[in-house]
Amino acid sequence: MAEVMINASAVTRDFSISRGMFRGKQRLQAVNGVDLTVTRGEVLALVGESGCGKTTLAKILLGLLPQTSGSISLCGTPIGSVPRLDLSRMIQPIFQDPYSSLNPRKSIGSIIGLPMRVQGIEDQQTILRRVEETMELVGLPPRLLNAYPNQLSGGQRQRVAIARALVNRPQIVVCDEPTSALDVSVQSQILNLLNDLRTELNLTYIIISHNLAVVEHIASRVAVMYLGRIVEQAETTAMFRNPQHPYTRALLDSVLTPDPRLGVPNTQLGASYPNPIDPPSGCAFHPRCANAMPHCAQTAPGGTAHNDAYVECHLYSDAGVAKAG
Amino acid sequence: MGNRVLSVRNLSVDIPLADGVLHAVDDVNLHVDRGETLCIVGESGCGKSLTSLALMDLLPKKAIRTIGRLDLNEASILDYSERQMSDVRGNRMGMIFQEPMTSLNPAFTIGNQMVETLRRHRDISKSDARDLAKQMLEKVGITAAEQRLTQYPHQLSGGLRQRVMIAMTLLCEPELIIADEPTTALDVTIQAQILLLLRELQHEYDMGLILITHDLGVVARIATRVAVMYAGQIVEQGTVEQIFENPMHPYTRGLMRCIPVPGKTRPGEPLGSIPGMVPSLIGSFTGCRFADRCDLVKEACRKSDVALRDVAGKTQAYRCVIDPQAMTKVA
Repeated sequence: MAEVMINASAVTRDFSISRGMFRGKQRLQAVNGVDLTVTRGEVLALVGESGCGKTTLAKILLGLLPQTSGSISLCGTPIGSVPRLDLSRMIQPIFQDPYSSLNPRKSIGSIIGLPMRVQGIEDQQTILRRVEETMELVGLPPRLLNAYPNQLSGGQRQRVAIARALVNRPQIVVCDEPTSALDVSVQSQILNLLNDLRTELNLTYIIISHNLAVVEHIASRVAVMYLGRIVEQAETTAMFRNPQHPYTRALLDSVLTPDPRLGVPNTQLGASYPNPIDPPSGCAFHPRCANAMPHCAQTAPGGTAHNDAYVECHLYSDAGVAKAG
Repeated sequence: MGNRVLSVRNLSVDIPLADGVLHAVDDVNLHVDRGETLCIVGESGCGKSLTSLALMDLLPKKAIRTIGRLDLNEASILDYSERQMSDVRGNRMGMIFQEPMTSLNPAFTIGNQMVETLRRHRDISKSDARDLAKQMLEKVGITAAEQRLTQYPHQLSGGLRQRVMIAMTLLCEPELIIADEPTTALDVTIQAQILLLLRELQHEYDMGLILITHDLGVVARIATRVAVMYAGQIVEQGTVEQIFENPMHPYTRGLMRCIPVPGKTRPGEPLGSIPGMVPSLIGSFTGCRFADRCDLVKEACRKSDVALRDVAGKTQAYRCVIDPQAMTKVA
């Protein structure tokens, strides 16, 4: 059995939203009872539409946001009991936009070395050596050490962001839309780099992306989120070959593969994404679902697990109900 | 014929900067027919957005546009005054931008903005304009249109806002719509819906559509013809099948190798990439602009400028020194 790197159980995060003067607060469940296990070397992709809670979940894992309830352990130790600095040595983020995530007034060397200084390493020589090592690792030429972010291209900036995340040699890296701000020709370079680094440093990735072609290419397992819950989770090839949840099917249908013989797909996801403050009753997906049944509006479906895959849908939880195609 | 909605010849855009003139768009020729979708693809900074702004005469003040011919419906609009141009914009050529939040006025209701658009271009009473606006919202698939008219842009979701933008653009039934990255800010599920809507409406009104995007998936699914831009120039153009099934320019070929394609690229295996960077377009430039990044580069590439070369009975063209036979062998 592979070593468990992340173990989250029943993680929930509420926000209270003001509805205006004198009207009190309302509760928004951004993450609602998420269970997640990620083993070493895995690449778990979190996919879903905007507002489904994937970024909130990532922030909780990074320790940037406390969960309202539930428990998370990283590398076997519960998040709450680990000091901040130790936690940031275990898990590091890479953000979407390398144009806003790098301080324009610091040199590249100083940006990449900052996490080491934060960890209390003071010896300049140690920092410099490690920064140079890491730059080489991510394919940045050493001459850029004293350059500033505005002198770099988008792809180079994203390499700097990756180097900064890796300089303290974390075990887990959370990539929030790592390539969506980049051009096509640069995107593939970054994806290749992330893949190489994973094997080289034995990293575990959590990748948040809405680009499902990228997910299929890089992820080993996919978790589909809808309104704060993971509605389906499966190994990547299995999910892309045989999606179970109607929402997953609609998501996969809407992927525009570059094939000029196919037209624009009709996903039949009629209604728009529901308001998370006022989620639909029963199964949260039922107003948009092509296979909705009468009782979907009343009771929330339980989870069904089979062969390492997990799905939350009445089509599968009710024994004897014919499977919809 | 009478089919050609827009035709532009020899369009260039220069931007004077402190350290020289930036040749952002260089000698672009384009045309669109009724019912046709022309996709302009390219990476950031290739000049695709400036090209579209130049067509509408909406370039930033300091940019200099030089243009040989600009015909809308086979009549030149090149010498139109600013006043006449503003009648053309919105009325005969509509534009849809990437971020609907920034192109709608946050201080006015949807109804207000739609009625104003209509009354700006047509002699029509307020209540008639409101009825038309409502019908148009229903046409683009917005439910409870009456209520939406009284709402402000911030009260709508991104997908709804983009639908409102499309409805607003269609109000005056333009002959041509230019859409600059219309779905980039939207979720994949909404993206498919918006593209489907655009295509249906285009057929219904028999409009020409110019779609500017960097997403090759979108291009493949919606385009009739494709123009690939690189560093301010069109480096290849052709029908969508030609571009995706038989790309000729090394840059187009490189782009195709960069994207993961389910069934073709194997998960986990390295993707193709294009090394290097786009050259600076400030000052003069001789030779092929892609030469520094090209794996087929020869001496001739840097010597003189490369012209577009027609292939496949003039339906496809590419800008490269390597002749078609040799190019096919490389592929």
